Amino acid sequence: MERFHFLKLRAMSPSVRLQEMIRVIRGARTQGEERGVIQRECAAIRAQFRQVDNGTRSHNLAKLLYVHMLGYPAHFGQMECVRLIASPRYNEKRVGYLGAMMLLDEKQDASLLITNSIKNDLSHNSQYVQSLALCTLACMGSAEMCRDLAPEIDRLLRASNSYIKKKATLCAVHIVRKVPELGELFTPAARSLLSEKNHGVLHGAVVLITELCERNPDTLEQFRKVVPDLVQIMKSLVMSGYSPEHNVAGISDPFLQVRILRLLRILGRNNDTASDAMNDLLAQVATNTDSSKTAGSAVLYETVLTVMDIKSESGLRVLAVNILGRFLLNNDRNIRYISMTSLQKIVQTDHNAVQRHRGTIVDCLKDQDASVKRRALELSLALVSAVNIRSLMKELLLFLSSCPPELRAHTTSGIFNAAERYSPSQRWHIDTILHVLTTAGGDVRDETVPNLIQLITTASELHCYTVHKLYRALITDISVQSLVQVACWCIGEYGDLLLRGECEETEPVQVTEDDVLDALETVLQSHMSSPATRGFALTATMKLSTRITHNVDRIRSIVSIYGSCIDVELQQRAVEYNALFKKYDHMRAAVLERMPVIDKSSPGHANDESAGGAIKELEQTKLTQEVVLPKEPGNQVCDLLDLLGGSGEPVSSSALSNILPGTARSTSGGDLLDLLGGLDVSPAPPSVKVYEKNGVTLQLQTDSQTDTGMTITLTATNSTDGDITSLTLQAAVPKCVQLQMKAPSGDVIPARGIGLVTQTVLLNNPNKVSLKMRVRVCYTSQGSVCQDTVQIDSFPSPAW
Amino acid sequence: MMRFLLLFSRQGKLRLQKWFTPIPEREKKKIVRDMTTMVLARKPRSCNFLHWKDLKIVYKRYASLYFCCGLDTEENELIALEMLHRYVELLDKYFGNVCELDIIFNFEKAYFILDEFLLGGEVQETSKQVVSRAIEASDMLQEAEIDNSDYDLELGWP
Repeated sequence: MERFHFLKLRAMSPSVRLQEMIRVIRGARTQGEERGVIQRECAAIRAQFRQVDNGTRSHNLAKLLYVHMLGYPAHFGQMECVRLIASPRYNEKRVGYLGAMMLLDEKQDASLLITNSIKNDLSHNSQYVQSLALCTLACMGSAEMCRDLAPEIDRLLRASNSYIKKKATLCAVHIVRKVPELGELFTPAARSLLSEKNHGVLHGAVVLITELCERNPDTLEQFRKVVPDLVQIMKSLVMSGYSPEHNVAGISDPFLQVRILRLLRILGRNNDTASDAMNDLLAQVATNTDSSKTAGSAVLYETVLTVMDIKSESGLRVLAVNILGRFLLNNDRNIRYISMTSLQKIVQTDHNAVQRHRGTIVDCLKDQDASVKRRALELSLALVSAVNIRSLMKELLLFLSSCPPELRAHTTSGIFNAAERYSPSQRWHIDTILHVLTTAGGDVRDETVPNLIQLITTASELHCYTVHKLYRALITDISVQSLVQVACWCIGEYGDLLLRGECEETEPVQVTEDDVLDALETVLQSHMSSPATRGFALTATMKLSTRITHNVDRIRSIVSIYGSCIDVELQQRAVEYNALFKKYDHMRAAVLERMPVIDKSSPGHANDESAGGAIKELEQTKLTQEVVLPKEPGNQVCDLLDLLGGSGEPVSSSALSNILPGTARSTSGGDLLDLLGGLDVSPAPPSVKVYEKNGVTLQLQTDSQTDTGMTITLTATNSTDGDITSLTLQAAVPKCVQLQMKAPSGDVIPARGIGLVTQTVLLNNPNKVSLKMRVRVCYTSQGSVCQDTVQIDSFPSPAW
Repeated sequence: MMRFLLLFSRQGKLRLQKWFTPIPEREKKKIVRDMTTMVLARKPRSCNFLHWKDLKIVYKRYASLYFCCGLDTEENELIALEMLHRYVELLDKYFGNVCELDIIFNFEKAYFILDEFLLGGEVQETSKQVVSRAIEASDMLQEAEIDNSDYDLELGWP
């Protein structure tokens, strides 16, 4: 009686207590209150765990699992799971195994402790206990546990009821994923499972065979033989009448159908025989499956994937692509989305088939959903061709004006690539790029500016049109840096065309010199302009000095103002331009002349339809473009100094072509000098010879001098018959003087005085001490290394 | 395979989490955070599919609960939607017009039902009736055990 009483009490420890606790926790009004409740409960649970079994263990563990789901630590429950799993009572095992799946994973030591319990429970009388063990093993079984228990699982695969068989099959799948070598063990059983009638077992069998085939090519080979069996199963599913047990929206067991189709895909891939054997079936499924609901669409989707991946007949492929086309028109957004992901996969291989659906794809650019938009963009870009470029580009530009910010960069680069490859005309190309810059100039890649400049120079008939268009854009808005940079460059280069007023391709507009200079000055002064942009604007202003007639003084004053600009780059440019005005005015026109067309040493516009190959070409094009591109206009002036120094070192061809039209490929300093009419190589200002030996002469010239510093230039010449190489100059000054050596113009002095090397040195002498300098000259002449040091005690008077 | 299945409320409170691969606790928390953030940010009539790292994410909202699962890339998203729907149907059959509170207060039952439908991240039973019958039988076994607890149910090993 007493025992009965005690047990009745046990029976009354209900899960109401769990629900009570949940209610209390949910009633907590603040996070702090909740924490308090949970701490109390956990303390109680811990205490209970330590006690002797009183029938409440499973409820306490359940409470702990709830608390764990809220995010609180529950590791002290791990051992309790182990204990409960070992209990003879089903309800305790149930919670114990649940706890194991939630709190234990293969990394915990405690998980090993349940291996034995699982092993025992796999052979239990009750199938529901077996089921718990199988479920847990498949959920969190470690490799070690899997190895241990694999034979048990194999046994269950062969001899048990369908309830256990289906679970054992999926357990085997887990084991194979953990320990692939064990695949061999399960292969025979897997084969025979295919003759089962029970859908659960069949489904599991198909999953197992799929897993085995994916991991082992030999097994795959073996299982090709079962293609007819699979075809048969599918046929009966598709053709069978209404089967209430497995029916979903008119489709008989879509889950099983999808898995079989996936297995067929793996088996038919790269294999003609297998593909032939399934051809009819696939056609049948594709034609007969009702896709008005998701279940049917899921089956059709899998069918399409399979058709496109195996060696199917062309008729079947067309059928598949048409299904995808139909999906594109489906009201269900999900179906439109997966249609596009599938089309993306086949757009290279079945390009023409996909082209037929271009209209619908482009319409999807206007879809509300961001995922659909993204897919539509990818596909549209993949479908661009020489034939459809004009119309498709209109759509893409429209899309760009309203597309979500995260897609803008991708869209602009896609548009540029497409324009690059398929532009019908240069004017169209330029217009398109300008349109993009106006709409989304902030989201374009850095190479866009030099690329566009290069494109503009090649379109010589369009210079007038381009500069007008860019000028108009500039006076409208100077916030888009890329656009402003290109506009400044164009105005600097083609300003004379702008001022002329007439232009064939666009409406004439009266632009005065002041207007143009105003525009450039606005850019220079605006806080919106980046330092690079201001550099462009300054150089453009300078270039205009040879293209305008009345306002040269204005330019001179702008340039001299920026000589004291805080920005070092601008300051340097301004100082150099100033020098151009003052000292080298006679060369200004030549230096600032129009640039020749920059040669684009790329394959040029691709005409081929094949999208895939062209992309690689395009990448190479981009690379070579960058190599050939002109240096930024600012560098022209550095080249200018080289020119003055007459560097004999082969200057890169583009730099030379910047300065001297018509001598595009000339690299020798000699030709350079000839063209300028025998310019006297030695610098005009007074210089002193500080070193002369072995035919190497070093001259020193003071460029400028103030109370606290000076700038000097060292010039090295060579009168020997051979080149002087590896020339380095090092300088030392008294302690309180600061020294800065600029980069030399080169390290090779050509023979016979053809060229020379210069190096500028800046001296800062705040304490106004007497300036002295020691210079070490180091060079290789006729194979031998020479090194000398010279002392310079006095400096010549400055140039100006 | 399915890598994980999460149920969470409109406020982002987790109601169920099933993990089919071993993942450290910290990473689980991060995944839950990421999923809730991503899914709750979706507009009402959006597509139910997302990409996250190397997984496909399929989610569906049922009343106040979001059902969200992470799949390998070769999985069929549309059939995954059907899987989520099947689970909801099973819950509905068991609880009778299931609502979020049922799942909160009977979370262990929700897990038991899930464990009869999916195993190791794959569908184990495609028939609704078979799953429901198995749950009922397990419950009856549990009840019987509690009722007959004056003698332990014959639970031995052969």
